[in-house]
Amino acid sequence: MSPELLAALTVFVLAILCGFAVISKVPATLHTPLMSGANSIHGIVLVGSMVIAASATDLLSQLLSFVAVAFATMNVVGGYVVTDRMLQMFKRKPAAAKADGGAAPDAPKA
Amino acid sequence: MSPEALATLESVVRLVWLAGAAAFVLGLMRMNSPATARNGNLLSAGGMALAIGGTAVLLAARGEAGLTAWIIILAGIALGGGLGLYTARTVKMTAMPQLVSLFNAVGGGAAALIAIDDYIRLSNVQTFAPGGAIPLQVAIPTVLDVVIGSITFTGSLIASGKLMGLIPGKPIKVPGGQLVTLALAVVVAVAAIYLWLGNVSVPILFVIIAASLTFGVTMVLPIGGADMPVVISLLNSFTGTAVAMAGFVISNDVLIIAGALVGASGAILTKLMADAMNRSVINIIAGGFGGGEGTVAAEGPEGGTVRSLGVDDAAIQLAYAQNVIIVPGYGLAVAQAQHGVRELAELLEARGVNVSYAIHPVAGRMPGHMNVLLAEANVPYPQLREMEDINPEFDRADVALVVGANDVTNPAARRAGTPVSGMPILDVDHARSIIVIKRSMGRGYAGIDNELYVNPKTGMLFADAKQGLADLVAAVKAL
Repeated sequence: MSPELLAALTVFVLAILCGFAVISKVPATLHTPLMSGANSIHGIVLVGSMVIAASATDLLSQLLSFVAVAFATMNVVGGYVVTDRMLQMFKRKPAAAKADGGAAPDAPKA
Repeated sequence: MSPEALATLESVVRLVWLAGAAAFVLGLMRMNSPATARNGNLLSAGGMALAIGGTAVLLAARGEAGLTAWIIILAGIALGGGLGLYTARTVKMTAMPQLVSLFNAVGGGAAALIAIDDYIRLSNVQTFAPGGAIPLQVAIPTVLDVVIGSITFTGSLIASGKLMGLIPGKPIKVPGGQLVTLALAVVVAVAAIYLWLGNVSVPILFVIIAASLTFGVTMVLPIGGADMPVVISLLNSFTGTAVAMAGFVISNDVLIIAGALVGASGAILTKLMADAMNRSVINIIAGGFGGGEGTVAAEGPEGGTVRSLGVDDAAIQLAYAQNVIIVPGYGLAVAQAQHGVRELAELLEARGVNVSYAIHPVAGRMPGHMNVLLAEANVPYPQLREMEDINPEFDRADVALVVGANDVTNPAARRAGTPVSGMPILDVDHARSIIVIKRSMGRGYAGIDNELYVNPKTGMLFADAKQGLADLVAAVKAL
C-alpha cells in the first residue's frame, strides 16, 4: 500500500468520525436545513469535475466532464441558496415578543 | 511558470482546499443552533467558493487546460449554476424535500461521471500498453463510486418524482420484485470482482452502470411516499460516500473529507428518522408495510364510536379555551395548510388564548420540516415546542387541535405488540378535549387504527386540512 493511499485512508476515516461527532449534536428542528446543508457540501465534487474537464481531450471525455461540471454546480449553487432560504425563516419576528411570554433567549443554546 | 513556482502554487492550493474542508466542519458545527445556523451555512458556502476558486487558479497555472476545456468548464458552471439558482429561488417550501432529492441526484451523477471518465481514459492507455493493469487502489474506488453514484442518481430522481406526484406515491410493485433486485445485485457483484481481478473492460463497466441505474429504480419504486424522507436521507449519505470514492479515484483530499463528512451526517440523520418512526432502515428499504399517502381505509376503528364534530362547535371550543396546543403533521404539509393554521392561531391569540405548537421530531416530510413550513408561514419560533418539552403541558391544555397528524398521536404506541409500539408520541390524549381535522378515517403510515379517534374526549372534524382550517377561521371570526 502506497504512503499516499495510506494518508488518504487516514483522512477518510477521521473525516467520517468527525462527521458523526459534529452532526449528532444538531437538534431535530434543524435537521431539514442540515440535510440540505450537507447536501450542498457534497457539491465539492465540482472540484473533481473541473479537474477532469481540464484534461479532457477526446469528445467523449469532454461531454462527460461537461455534464459532470453542470451537475455539480447545480448541486453547489442550488444547495446553498435553498439552505439559506430555509434558515432565513428561523429569524424571530418582532411579533413574537407577545407570544409565549417572549422570554426565549436569543443566545445560542449550545 | 517555473516548475518551482508551480510546486509552490500546488502546495498553496492544497492548503486552500484544507481551509475549505475546515470551513465545512465548522459550518456544520454552527448549524447546531438556530441562532448561528445561517452563519454556519454561509461559512460552509465560503469554504466552497474558496475551494473552487483555488481549483480554477491551479488549473490555469498548470496550463494543461486548452480553450475548449475552459469553455466546457465555464459553460457547465453557467448552465448548472443558473438551473440551481433558479430552482432554489423559486421552489415552494413545501416542495423542499423533492428539490434536495434532485440536487442529491445530480451530485451523485457527477461523482459517478468522474469515475467513468477516469476509467475510460485509463483503459485507453491500456490498449496502447498491453499487459498493464489498472491498480487495485484505483479499481476499487472506481467501481464503488460508479455503483453508489448510479444508484443515487436514479433512486433520487424516483424519490423526487414520487414527492412531486409525477410518479404515484403508493408503493409500486416491480414485476419479479425482489428477485430482480437480487439478480441486479449479483450482476454488479460479479462484474465488480471481474474488474478487481485485474481485467480491464469498458463494456463490463457499462454493465455495472446499467445494473446500478436499474437497481436505483427498483429499490425506490416499491417504497411508499411517506417513507421518502428516510430514503432521501439515505441517498444523501450515499452521495457523500460516492464523492469520497471519487476523491480516491483522482487522489483529491478535499473530495475525500467533504464526502466522508456528508456520508456520516446522512447515515446519522437516516437512523434518527427511522428511530423516531420506530422502524429500521432495512425494513423501509425492503418495502415495508406503509401504504403511502394514498391509503384510505373506509371502516372506522373497532371497539369504539367516533364522534363527528361540526365546524361551529369546534370554533367555540377553541375560542373559549385558555390553552390550545396545535399538533401539525404530515397531512398539513401535504395540504399546504401552514398559512391557515397560523391565521387561526393569531385569531385565537387576539382573543387571549395561549397557543403553542407541538412538533413531533418527524412531523412533515423530513425531520424539522414542520419547523421550516411554520417558520415560512411567520409562526414565531418560540411557539414551536419540541416533543419532550411540550408533552407535560398537554395535561393543562384545554384543547389539542390535531391537523393531519396520525400515528405520532396514537396512544397504542405506549402498549407492546402494535406496529407503533415504542414510538415516541405526543401525549395528545392528556388534553381536556381533542379536535382532529382529518379527511377521512383513513389509516396513517403504520396502517393501524388510531385509538385517539375513539377517545370520548375526541371530536373529528372531517375536512381537508386547508379547507377545515379556513372554515374554522371563518367560524371563529363570526363569534
